[in-house]
Amino acid sequence: MAAVKLHGFWASPFSHRVIWALKIKGVDYEYIEEDLSNKSELLLKYNPVYKKIPVLVHGGKPIAESLIILEYIEETWPDNPLLPSDPYERAKARFWIQYGADQSPLFRAFFLSTGGEEQEKAAKEFSEVLKIIEEKALGDKKFFGGDSINLVDISYATLAYWFKNVEEVIGVKVLEPNTLPRLYQWAQNIMEVPVIKENIPDNDKMLAYTRLIREKILAEQLNK
Amino acid sequence: MEEVKLLGMWLSPYSYRVIWALKLKGIAYEYMEEDLSNKSPLLLQCNPVHKKIPVLIHGGKPICESSVILEYIEEIWPQNSLLPCDPYERAIARFWIKFADDKGPIVWKICGTRGEERQKVIEESLEMLKTIEEHGLGDKKFFGGDNISMVDIAFGGLAYWPGVIEKVLGRNLLEAHKFPRLHAWTKNFEEVPEVKENLPDLGRLLKRET
Repeated sequence: MAAVKLHGFWASPFSHRVIWALKIKGVDYEYIEEDLSNKSELLLKYNPVYKKIPVLVHGGKPIAESLIILEYIEETWPDNPLLPSDPYERAKARFWIQYGADQSPLFRAFFLSTGGEEQEKAAKEFSEVLKIIEEKALGDKKFFGGDSINLVDISYATLAYWFKNVEEVIGVKVLEPNTLPRLYQWAQNIMEVPVIKENIPDNDKMLAYTRLIREKILAEQLNK
Repeated sequence: MEEVKLLGMWLSPYSYRVIWALKLKGIAYEYMEEDLSNKSPLLLQCNPVHKKIPVLIHGGKPICESSVILEYIEEIWPQNSLLPCDPYERAIARFWIKFADDKGPIVWKICGTRGEERQKVIEESLEMLKTIEEHGLGDKKFFGGDNISMVDIAFGGLAYWPGVIEKVLGRNLLEAHKFPRLHAWTKNFEEVPEVKENLPDLGRLLKRET
């Protein structure tokens, strides 16, 4: 089998997604940690358009963008499928993956909110989005994929660990058991899945990083 | 074959993506024009999350989001394939389709902005076009190579929208000497019969945007 390499960043949930998918499929890979303040020549060569991680390199050929990488992994290593086999169900799964990706601006607004009305509005809007995800995507299932996790779960997993740290740093909770009981339970369940549990960084380190990156971005915004 | 319906809108490039894909595959469908200021109960029922077009309804089951619809069409009707067979080439194609989704829309904002904001949008649009030409299209006739693919369809709005922008700005954004390959692509793309016969009326578009 041609060599598989992953250029990632230890704290990035986009990086973690790819790791989980590779582990689920039993694919051996070499992990290369990128210093985002000093990106490698190789990374810039592999991802000239966005210059970001993660980048998967298979047999010397690079693929960028985590969701694109996940689809590639699914097609290249079809064992332990992570998408439904029925085209209509697959379309629904892709719809929800896309929906999650589309919420980045809202998530960012919440992440960078500093207080008052601005923060209340950001929290409310994000909560409404989570309500839609809970009602229409998850429903009464244990996971988005049913009894076991699939690409939809993998794409939303950020909510289960990264988001908790965001809530702690900001001091505002959105994903709560009384307002979002099923999604909250899903978050608990997914963190117990061995491949996820065993492949996320130490939470204290991630919490510290979340705090640091937020302060950095807020400072940059002030200086503009 | 189960019934195919498309809820669309005459000026939306996302609507045209689906039309071009269906036409290229020779799929018969019923087209229903939506008035976006007065959305039909069918649209609201089929796309409760976004309440947007396009929506493809196949055998009564709705599929929303044009990129998702394109993948669905490709899977259900594999003839006249719009994605490469090779998984790596497919990943590259999907990368550019996502780029078209994420970065492409900046050009639609030109008409709706003024002054400094418009200048900024124009600069971003030119950056985006440069990236597509250098990294996406390269020296190929189409993004798909010798034949059009889902990537060409995803960028299809760029083929007709510059005509509108030209009338609004008084200059062509996709100038042939600045973007020779992309400029040539717009001509080639519009010559594909299934595209040529399915483009919005420029006059009607201009009336709306100017």
